[in-house]
Amino acid sequence: MNGTMQVSLSSTFQLTDGPGSTVEVQAETIAEMMASLTDRYPSFQQLLDRGVAVSIDGQIFRDDWTQPIPSGAEVFLIPRIEGG
Amino acid sequence: MGHDQKYVDKKYEVVGERFNRPDGIDKVTGKARYGADASAPGQLVGRVLRSPHAHAQILKINTAKAEKLPGVKSVVTFEDMPDLTGGDQGLADILENCMARGRALYDGHAVAAVAAVDEQTAAQALKLIDVKYKKLPHVTDVDEAMLESAPVIHDRIITRGVEPAPTKPSNISARTQMGYGDVDAGFAEADVIIEKTYKTEQTHQGYIEPHACLASVNPDGSAELWVTTQGHFVFRNVCASLLGLDIAKLKVTSSEIGGGFGGKTHVWGEPVALALSRKANRPVKLVMGRDEVFRGTGPTSSTSIDVKMGAKKDGTITAAVAELRYQGGAFPGNWAMLACMTAFACYDIKNNKSIGWDVVVNRPKVAAYRAPSAPMAAFAVESTIDVLAKAIGMKPIDVRLKNVAREGTIAPYGPTYGPIGIEHTLKAVKDHPHMRAKLKKNQGRGVACGFWFNIGGQTCTDLNIGVDGTVNLTLGTVDVGGSRSSMAMIAAEELGIPYEQVRANIADTTSLGHNDMTEGSRGTFSSGMATVFAARDAIGVLKERAAKMWGVPVDDVVWENGQAVATGEGHGNLPPLSLKEIAAKSGRTGGPIAGHNEVVADGAGMGFASHICDVEVDPETGRSTIVRYTVVQDAGKAINPDYVEGQFQGGATQGIGWALNEEYIYGDDGRLQNPGFLDYRIPVCSDLPFIDTKILEVPNPLHPYGVRGVGETSIVPPLAAVGNAIANAAGVRMTHAPMSPPRVLAAIDERDNAG
Amino acid sequence: MSNATLVSTTVNGDPVQFACPTDESLMTALRNRVGLTGVKEGCGTGDCGACSVTLDGSLVCSCLVLGVEAEGREVTTVEGLSEGGELHVLQQKFIDHAALQCGICTPGFLVAAKSLLDRNPNPDETEIRYALAGNLCRCTGYDKIVHAVQAAAKEIRGKDKRSKKRR
Repeated sequence: MNGTMQVSLSSTFQLTDGPGSTVEVQAETIAEMMASLTDRYPSFQQLLDRGVAVSIDGQIFRDDWTQPIPSGAEVFLIPRIEGG
Repeated sequence: MGHDQKYVDKKYEVVGERFNRPDGIDKVTGKARYGADASAPGQLVGRVLRSPHAHAQILKINTAKAEKLPGVKSVVTFEDMPDLTGGDQGLADILENCMARGRALYDGHAVAAVAAVDEQTAAQALKLIDVKYKKLPHVTDVDEAMLESAPVIHDRIITRGVEPAPTKPSNISARTQMGYGDVDAGFAEADVIIEKTYKTEQTHQGYIEPHACLASVNPDGSAELWVTTQGHFVFRNVCASLLGLDIAKLKVTSSEIGGGFGGKTHVWGEPVALALSRKANRPVKLVMGRDEVFRGTGPTSSTSIDVKMGAKKDGTITAAVAELRYQGGAFPGNWAMLACMTAFACYDIKNNKSIGWDVVVNRPKVAAYRAPSAPMAAFAVESTIDVLAKAIGMKPIDVRLKNVAREGTIAPYGPTYGPIGIEHTLKAVKDHPHMRAKLKKNQGRGVACGFWFNIGGQTCTDLNIGVDGTVNLTLGTVDVGGSRSSMAMIAAEELGIPYEQVRANIADTTSLGHNDMTEGSRGTFSSGMATVFAARDAIGVLKERAAKMWGVPVDDVVWENGQAVATGEGHGNLPPLSLKEIAAKSGRTGGPIAGHNEVVADGAGMGFASHICDVEVDPETGRSTIVRYTVVQDAGKAINPDYVEGQFQGGATQGIGWALNEEYIYGDDGRLQNPGFLDYRIPVCSDLPFIDTKILEVPNPLHPYGVRGVGETSIVPPLAAVGNAIANAAGVRMTHAPMSPPRVLAAIDERDNAG
Repeated sequence: MSNATLVSTTVNGDPVQFACPTDESLMTALRNRVGLTGVKEGCGTGDCGACSVTLDGSLVCSCLVLGVEAEGREVTTVEGLSEGGELHVLQQKFIDHAALQCGICTPGFLVAAKSLLDRNPNPDETEIRYALAGNLCRCTGYDKIVHAVQAAAKEIRGKDKRSKKRR
């Protein structure tokens, strides 16, 4: 089905009210995916506050939430990285 | 915006050449102005009073005598900096770090500040501030801070990431776990298992220019800040939040920056200078002394790391585990978590696990230092790989190649890698002439790899074409090392004009939209991308103007080699219009010609490197001398090779200093004993040979030119490259960095006495 | 200002007068009284060389010299390197060889390098490295700095040869 994806969560993210390390989400962009997760799992907001980045097929996206997620892409949520 | 950021292979006219930077003349003549080089009429000298205790209750601060001293115009404490953070703990930590709020948390923590008419009066005023301290037990070592018996620094810290959650507070702010597979099964398969513990001491970014700013606040809440910073837009936002100012009313101008490396991505003196200025209603210039920089800004973590790795006789690593303990100074940080992400990132290891412990201690709040957290983890992992290689009788470089991560490998932090360059760098190292250079007595060679993420971020760029056809490129990312030339080159490349026709400058915060900081190796990647798009934007306008000038449809106009060319039927006899010609007529075809771009540059690609180090160890003194050093790193695309090489050499040198000499030395009293360049010994010119560099270019698919960040990766391999070289030169495996002469000598003596 | 002393000196060939407290360093006097901010403060304790100037031809850290000690003497800073609107060869080579990244240490290096070449027009790599060991750089790893000094030395020797030939 279009826009359905498996989102994997880094093992550092534990959703107290969540399903575990993979979640099925309906979304076309990062923003939609984040909104969907926050709706279903309120504890996800805490993760967002702490800082989250998204890996789509190995490329890391930190800021651009308009980024479209191609169907079939590997999507991973990882901690937000800062540099020096 | 509609611009495509995908990589397109092309032949370059300007990009890839070694042009001179436009700000070079100012810098070699002393004209360039850094943080301490600006002055304002009526300015006051700001100075900060700092705690001489590692941990103490501040019972009372009596500023009356200081305030009465003639020439003193304002004195501030935390009471002049109310907490406006609204529950944002991160911002509250920054505020408390800038000015103690009832408790001094480290030697050097700011407790008060003064602004006076001159240096002498300010110094005298500091002496007149009477602070009553009640000393508290302190802890400065990361392992000691984790013990049950350690004094707890913050009652609010309950370790995150532990199930079930602890019932008592401690100094452990978080536990992180990453990895995949079954490490027990993996170790069961191994023919050889190596287990070692490593320790790395705290180091500082060591920029030669101390923090400095000139702050001027008006009674209506408008303000100006001149400051040496890696990110004036972020500084503006943070200072505005902390002081309750409107963002648009706080104009921040970045001076030239005399080094940052992550250490100028945070505020320390700036909110204090603004508070002093607001109270005195006069400009305040606040410049840190060198000892203040060491004691009161943001060094990197000191660490303690356990690594266990198992391998089969054929060199396949079957399991790897790392437990990484990082201290973040007096406030919680994510440094150990970052370490978990990078520790095994260069390799494809089917069963791997990284556990990170983030710990607070009574030391300055840690700030990012060039590839934060990665160098220490690499020291531990890359050293262990060499020990493993020796145990199975295989060349260290071959063990690395056997297990190298490739496109399709799952990273330890979860996602699958796209195209990455680590194998390319290892193969280039294996073939490099350095590997065949003859080693003399007491000399040894070591190889090590490193990795850094590189980030993108928000960027905004303006491109304005003057009526004479010369171009102003206005950037918002601070130029830390010569990127102005690279940006001008990109603009020239896109527009099809000579490099000399483009001039790049850095704008203040009132002239552009938000730009993220120059950190995370993002400067060239993101500003470069915004420049490409701004130029393409301008080309769109140039084509429209040409179409108007010719009276043809704009769809019949193409841009080639710096000119508008009319294509299609009936236009063949129209001579092309150059950018100069179009610009000259711009006043009558629609006004000034400009291009603009705001982009969130993401997908920065990863930077991998492999280094080769030859060291000579003097068996009588334990002193290690670097004899030969080579950096091989994937840059994606080197816009200006001079400056890419410069990043490789600079990062490698910082890593070498970290490996051999640099460390924060704390006494039993919790005070920093070596806050100066004499005893905090960074590499000097006579310590080093020429540093050879090889730039590889594995294009980043998500940048129009294939650019990857380059600034940080080169600091990651040196600690282990040096450690591995020392092992081969002197036959001792060093597990404590820096591997200074006394430590190496002790190891040599221990080995000689045992054997 | 307490203990103010009037100092009459020569800076970069020009007569200069300033008043400073007796305990103020030459570095601070040059920066704040004479306005020559090309002299940089990196440490204030003579460990980094960013404040390098020459005093009667000798290379010194101006943070270790008192302002009042400049009385009646000749001071040269980075601002005095270029002659008649033209960059000194060293300055040009630093730019050409990308021997600077952030540039904060560059003034000190230029003064120190000129001092070296004035004493020894044909230094080998080791001599250059030891002569510059009193100047700290955190950005470059010194590689391109040494190349720039070697290139400048070569060009200066070539010019001297040519100018000698013309006589």
